[in-house]
Amino acid sequence: MSVSEISGRAGRADWLRDVLPKLVLSPSFALVLIFVYGFIVFTFYLSFTDSRILPSFGLVGWQNYTRLFSLRAWDIAVKNVLIFGSLYILICCVLGLALAILLDQKIRAEGFIRTIYLYPMALSFIVTGTAWKWFLDPGIGLEAVVRSWGWTSFEFDWIKSSDMAIYTIVIAAVWQTSGFVMAMFLAGLRGIDNEVMKAAQIDGASNWALYRRIVIPQLRPAFMSAFVVLAHMAIKSYDLIIALTGGGPGTATELPATFMYSYTFTRNQMGIGAASATIMLMAIAAIMVPYLWSELREKK
Amino acid sequence: MATAAATTNAGAGATQVIRTGAGSRYVIYTLLILFCLYYLLPLYVMVVNSLKPLSEIQAGGMMALPDALTFAPWASAWSSAQVGVEATGLRPYFLNSILMVVPAVAISTVLGALNGYVLTKWRFRGDTIVFGLLLFGCFIPFQMVLIPMARMLGLMGIAGTVPGLIFVHLVYGIGFSTLYFRNYYQQFPTELVRAAMIDGAGFFTIFRRIMLPSSGPIAVVCVIWQFTNIWNDFLFGASFSDFDSQPMTVALNNLVQSSTGVKEYNVHFAGAIMAALPTLLVYIVAGRFFVRGLMAGSVKG
Repeated sequence: MSVSEISGRAGRADWLRDVLPKLVLSPSFALVLIFVYGFIVFTFYLSFTDSRILPSFGLVGWQNYTRLFSLRAWDIAVKNVLIFGSLYILICCVLGLALAILLDQKIRAEGFIRTIYLYPMALSFIVTGTAWKWFLDPGIGLEAVVRSWGWTSFEFDWIKSSDMAIYTIVIAAVWQTSGFVMAMFLAGLRGIDNEVMKAAQIDGASNWALYRRIVIPQLRPAFMSAFVVLAHMAIKSYDLIIALTGGGPGTATELPATFMYSYTFTRNQMGIGAASATIMLMAIAAIMVPYLWSELREKK
Repeated sequence: MATAAATTNAGAGATQVIRTGAGSRYVIYTLLILFCLYYLLPLYVMVVNSLKPLSEIQAGGMMALPDALTFAPWASAWSSAQVGVEATGLRPYFLNSILMVVPAVAISTVLGALNGYVLTKWRFRGDTIVFGLLLFGCFIPFQMVLIPMARMLGLMGIAGTVPGLIFVHLVYGIGFSTLYFRNYYQQFPTELVRAAMIDGAGFFTIFRRIMLPSSGPIAVVCVIWQFTNIWNDFLFGASFSDFDSQPMTVALNNLVQSSTGVKEYNVHFAGAIMAALPTLLVYIVAGRFFVRGLMAGSVKG
């Protein structure tokens, strides 16, 4: 065997060793390039075309966007996602933090209680929506039950009221996700160094002051993660609205996700639907990109 | 990372220091139990009302235990209720969901493991960018891909079929499974991999002999995550399936929203529990491993 033969074989082995990992990764990467980024470009392009029932490629400039922003339905959807999103994030964070702090007091059966708080996360929003839809229905649900107990003037018909229905979405969504937020905060609490706290306690700080001054400020990363997860879920909310209110009464609980679906697939206004999807993507990118960027840089 | 749900009893928590009196402990336990009731309430409503005749619900007895216990709503929801146009019950759709979930979860987990292995142990120029692109793909609003995906599935000849749904879930599941395995393998000692390389072990040998045997915990996390997400998906199911390929969530929604005839609430509740059971079972049986695996994978909060 000659020297050149050996080095030739080694060269081939090196080459294979170099290429094989990339080869293994490439199908996944190709799929994501086409089906995520290629499709984003495609939909973005459609938002500048006169597509109606089917994609069409006649460019119309910004027309879809100007139409979109003049539509009352889009106005309602945006207003709703702002109301829903801010209440959803706020209540989930407050409730999640409170439950985490309560559970962090050396509670007996903590694991069991945690399981109960967390299980809604395992359910489909369609299941959650179905359960709450009938529970909040004034004809058979809470209102009827309380009345049958003797409080005959009791009223709770938010789900049938245009002004209040959006809050029933908040109720159901908070029920589903707040336990998950609790778990994030609990993990944060368990990671806190207690030396500082011991010192503060010796200085005579009250429990309340300990939490306010020392514990909660240290939970910043948990707050960040919770905010990003919840904001992203709020913008994407679709199933829950479909199951709980169907966007109604009327259009009172339409969100951008339901707007996009109905304009694209039932009203045959694909150009406008694509424009609304683009706006949704922008909103999510504005939240996710900085977060992922900082996460990836930290880990390097 | 975004998906942290990790909690342990590892000790060094804030409350090692906090002392609470007997009075406040009473308040704490009361509050905790009240919240248990709050989280259990919808489940209670679903279960008791799926076991009573419709007339009891209509009479305002939603919170009461069944007077006349009956399993008829379950039988109806499973095999005879009107779902969409046909009175097939939810059974065929339950099967669709199983047929869809199993391959989608299996393939995306295997791909995620291989990707995570490459991205941590066979690093190359630009690997962080590749990972970043995969990761961002998890979080896009899927409204952005619905229109071209509908066309693409048509071109591929799998529109409105279960294989079509498997493909869609596979594509959009890769990002998360890669994330899990990458974060887990990052902790895995690279020296071991180096040593095996020097001994002449190849790419797949190292993966099979060294990485896979220690991947149990993260595989559990990944499988639970993907199973829950894919089983619970509604948007893709509603967009890309036909009457005979609909998954369980879409069928349940059709059952509940159907406007013809009397609203059979008890049947709806029974159907909702059926749709919830697989993921609930997974959560109850394997939830502990999920939390433990997340800790092992240092998927930080």
